[in-house]
Amino acid sequence: MSAAAYDVAIVGAGIVGAACAQECARRGMRVILVDRDAIGVGATAAGMGHIVVMDDSEAQFALTCYSRRLWQELRSELPDDVEYEQCGTIWVAADDEEMAEVGRKQHYYAARNVATEVLDAQVLNTLEPNLRSGMKGGLLVSEDGVLYPPCAARFCAQRAQELGAKFRLGDSVQLIGQGQVVLSDGSEIRAEFVVNAAGASAPALTPGLDIKKRKGHLVITDRYPGFVRHQLVELGYLKSAHSVSSDSVAFNVQPRRTGQVLIGSSRQYGAEHREVDHGILAQMLKRAQAYMPGLARMSTVRTWTGFRAATPDKLPVIGPSTFDKSVWLATGHEGLGITTSLGTARLLVDQMTGMQPEIPIEPYLPSRVGKEHVHA
Amino acid sequence: MPSMTLTVNGVAVEVETGTTVAVAAILAGQPCRLSVGGAPRGPLCGMGICFECRMTINGKAHCRSCQILCEPGMDVRTDD
Repeated sequence: MSAAAYDVAIVGAGIVGAACAQECARRGMRVILVDRDAIGVGATAAGMGHIVVMDDSEAQFALTCYSRRLWQELRSELPDDVEYEQCGTIWVAADDEEMAEVGRKQHYYAARNVATEVLDAQVLNTLEPNLRSGMKGGLLVSEDGVLYPPCAARFCAQRAQELGAKFRLGDSVQLIGQGQVVLSDGSEIRAEFVVNAAGASAPALTPGLDIKKRKGHLVITDRYPGFVRHQLVELGYLKSAHSVSSDSVAFNVQPRRTGQVLIGSSRQYGAEHREVDHGILAQMLKRAQAYMPGLARMSTVRTWTGFRAATPDKLPVIGPSTFDKSVWLATGHEGLGITTSLGTARLLVDQMTGMQPEIPIEPYLPSRVGKEHVHA
Repeated sequence: MPSMTLTVNGVAVEVETGTTVAVAAILAGQPCRLSVGGAPRGPLCGMGICFECRMTINGKAHCRSCQILCEPGMDVRTDD
């Protein structure tokens, strides 16, 4: 493939594509980052920016834990506008069943060397006085954090650029394969590897890839400094976020550095339009108010939607495609793409360069899905 | 004209009935709110559109002071 102008062409300049570009460039590869829009303006700009360790599966825990550590290592280099804050996550238990889950979760994390702290009702109330009274307690994961995803994506892309990466922004990609990216104007980019990092749009470029759009809503308030201090997530989130069939909402709020409060979350399959769905928005805000009644008196500034790239087993797809050895995949991150972007980039480029990855890659390999069409 | 007294950041100010809170803030020499960077802000459009005049009135943050009339004893504070 000596004719190729690039070692790697990455399609999709969200945080995952930008992180991959940075990692490729860091290892001396010739990289081009391609996007139909700009850097970090799709799902990256729609998401909360919660850097969180999650334990839905061993593989999810391993990837989120690895990625969180990579963010922590990068922390001192992040510019101010990335707004990285290690505010911690509190998983809030509203009843005895959820408090039992706090205990299970604490043991699970401890067995994997992630420090957490069980909070009783009184301590929880001291830490977050605007939660309604009557909560049973919670689990504080103090090394979790938040950041502002569009600026984090821009930071990664700029890093890549400083190391020689090129950008091709504003032209949509028609197809990828056989070592090339074909753009809508008919021009072609040749590369040894083409990475599909197009998020929920990835199946348009890799037909048969089992990724569905999962729509979400977020609301941001005016500035109310100190109203909430940690990222707060209801433990019932585990029940609602993982129901794969129906629409769901969960209490999930985040303090921003400006004093604003980011309020989520909703999950919907089969909703392909960007418009705000006022029915589910009302459910989401009612849920939030049930946990923090003071939210009802706040004024909101903006509401928006975005599309998560959801896989059937809730794990991203990272590695070589099964049908074309030039095409690699880095997508399917659902609601964890901001957290897992850095880990994804490392695992992807480790595989490309034959390095030993730090965590087992098998759970994320595209071959596990095995449903891509074989192109002639 | 009937008048009343209210406080803006603790500064007592006497206004006539029908005066907006934004005007009271100006008379008291107090900013309506502070920007994220800490710069003082005051009423710009005067018709409830620009949100530059937000103030905390009787404990409620982000009230558009140009749209709210003064009441006796009102506690008005600069938004942060």
